[in-house]
Amino acid sequence: MNSKLEQLKQPEKLSYSLAVIASVAICSLLFMLHLSLGAKPLSYAVLYQSLSSFDNTNFNHMIIHNIRLPRALVAMAVGASLSVAGAIMQGVTRNPLASPSVLGLLAGASFAVVIGLGLFDITSPLYTPWIAALGAATAAILVLAIATAAPGGATTLNLTLSGAAISALLAALISVMQLANEDDFDDLREWLTGSLSGSSLQSFYYIAPIVLLALTVAVLLSRKITVLGMGDEIAKGLGVKTFGLKVQLLLIVIVLTACSVALAGPVGFVGLVIPHVIRFFVGADYRWVIPFCAIIGAAFLLSVDIVARTVISPQEISTGIITAIIGAPLFVYLVKMKLR
Amino acid sequence: MCLVCQLTDVIQATTIKTDRCSLLQANAIELSYLNTKVIADLSIEITPAATNIIIGANGCGKSSLLKTLARVLAPDCGSVTLDGKDIHHSNTRQVAKKLGLLPQGPITPEGLTVRELVSQGRFPHQSLLRQWTREDEKAVAQAMEIADIVQFAQRQVDDLSGGQRQRCWIAMVLAQQTELILLDEPTTFLDLKVQVDLMNLLAKLVHDSGRTLLIVLHDLNLAAAYADKLIMMKNGQIVHHASVEQVFSSANLKQVFDLDVDILTDPRSGRPVCVPRYFSTKQRLETSAIAV
Repeated sequence: MNSKLEQLKQPEKLSYSLAVIASVAICSLLFMLHLSLGAKPLSYAVLYQSLSSFDNTNFNHMIIHNIRLPRALVAMAVGASLSVAGAIMQGVTRNPLASPSVLGLLAGASFAVVIGLGLFDITSPLYTPWIAALGAATAAILVLAIATAAPGGATTLNLTLSGAAISALLAALISVMQLANEDDFDDLREWLTGSLSGSSLQSFYYIAPIVLLALTVAVLLSRKITVLGMGDEIAKGLGVKTFGLKVQLLLIVIVLTACSVALAGPVGFVGLVIPHVIRFFVGADYRWVIPFCAIIGAAFLLSVDIVARTVISPQEISTGIITAIIGAPLFVYLVKMKLR
Repeated sequence: MCLVCQLTDVIQATTIKTDRCSLLQANAIELSYLNTKVIADLSIEITPAATNIIIGANGCGKSSLLKTLARVLAPDCGSVTLDGKDIHHSNTRQVAKKLGLLPQGPITPEGLTVRELVSQGRFPHQSLLRQWTREDEKAVAQAMEIADIVQFAQRQVDDLSGGQRQRCWIAMVLAQQTELILLDEPTTFLDLKVQVDLMNLLAKLVHDSGRTLLIVLHDLNLAAAYADKLIMMKNGQIVHHASVEQVFSSANLKQVFDLDVDILTDPRSGRPVCVPRYFSTKQRLETSAIAV
């Protein structure tokens, strides 16, 4: 019996813990790389100095503090938020294609921000996350309502189609707003492709605590997500209040999506692809899926942003464009493999 | 809430439980689904430390009754009590320590290993402060041993066959370590051999550790072979509820299923077996006429 007990012990636990440490290390390395690479490459010595003893007359220090540091931090926050939001959506809906971008939440959040700016002239970054949250929530409810009303109910296909329809409609409306008022929307054009340039520490410091809080709650609820994945009846039988849990998780998804849209505009495909990659390695136990999604999601967007800033240096590509270039083929692959 | 229900509530509140085994009761429950009455004024007491099996025709409300007793569905009126406490208004996690449920067609998440699946049965015993302990470890190991799935521990559940997968789900409910276990058609879609193995496993649980089982079954002979108490349902009501010998008769089966059967006795177990009259007398005459 004892030997069998030993044999049954979770061998994953130790290796997963080590993998978490390794992932954090990789993420930190990418963070340093992100700060040092760019139009003007900076040595690690300069990097270290600027972080330890900042000198506001030193031009290199200014580059790091005012341009690269905010950008790296925002990349990490957005990557982690979108990946965790996607993982929660896929876990709860048992829909392999669920993600903030596919189900229209990104479009809803962006549309709300555009409306707020265009019609009500709200430019204060204090309000942006909440306006984005309102938009993401409205889009989520709309998509769910349309899919539920369609024949067959809220199936994977119906949800994906109604998400695509709502996204397309909102994109068209955003274009109309843009054409009607070209001057005001000059700044927004880049933001709407999912851009990390022009990130400021001010808005980051405001949004980061919200993101951290939402990520923490997601980790605390992760065990229940696994249970919910086995069906509502099993979950209820095990003592989970399924309705309340779904509401809590939807709120987390909306907050995470809204925060990333407020920080960087709609960055697509991260929330779709990263959870699949993580589950491929870790399996379906969300106690591990959620933390890994946060760390690897952050690392992924950091490396994408490094590419975005260096590949046609000194020019830049929007980060969202690169995630779309990487993500689109993977999306097609997922449709082929998972949507039978 | 109707007057009858309020009255039963009062009566229920004054009843004092002395039995040590967990007692599951339904008191005058009613349940509707899309304006159709699925369960009408039904009361039942599940016999502790025994195999209770519910049978009935399709759509008679047997699954709905099981779900209501397991607090997955809430009755429109009446109450379900576990040891005298209203189960729908109790702390659901505390209930989950006493009552386990295996619904029909649970979903196997992609990529979940057998061990991880069985571990989910420990959910009600854990909390933020009380994470995985040796006790959880032991419960999971024991459950896997009883269900004979130790050799699959690290395999993915969706790679296994139907029967193996069903044993994993049973192990998950066993790991929950509840006195009461409710199962909804656990043998459906399985080979006969696997069905028998599974029922033997469940019967052993009642015999060895005095658990209380409540099982919805489709197969009448399987029900007759394993039930200590047989519950026959029709149109959302319980028609018969007693030992197999008392209720498993051709007259009762005709009444409940509108099925003509002969009852034989299995010489080995002494249990009754029903054999449907596959051909009506008229048809049989015709077939024999053709044969001649």
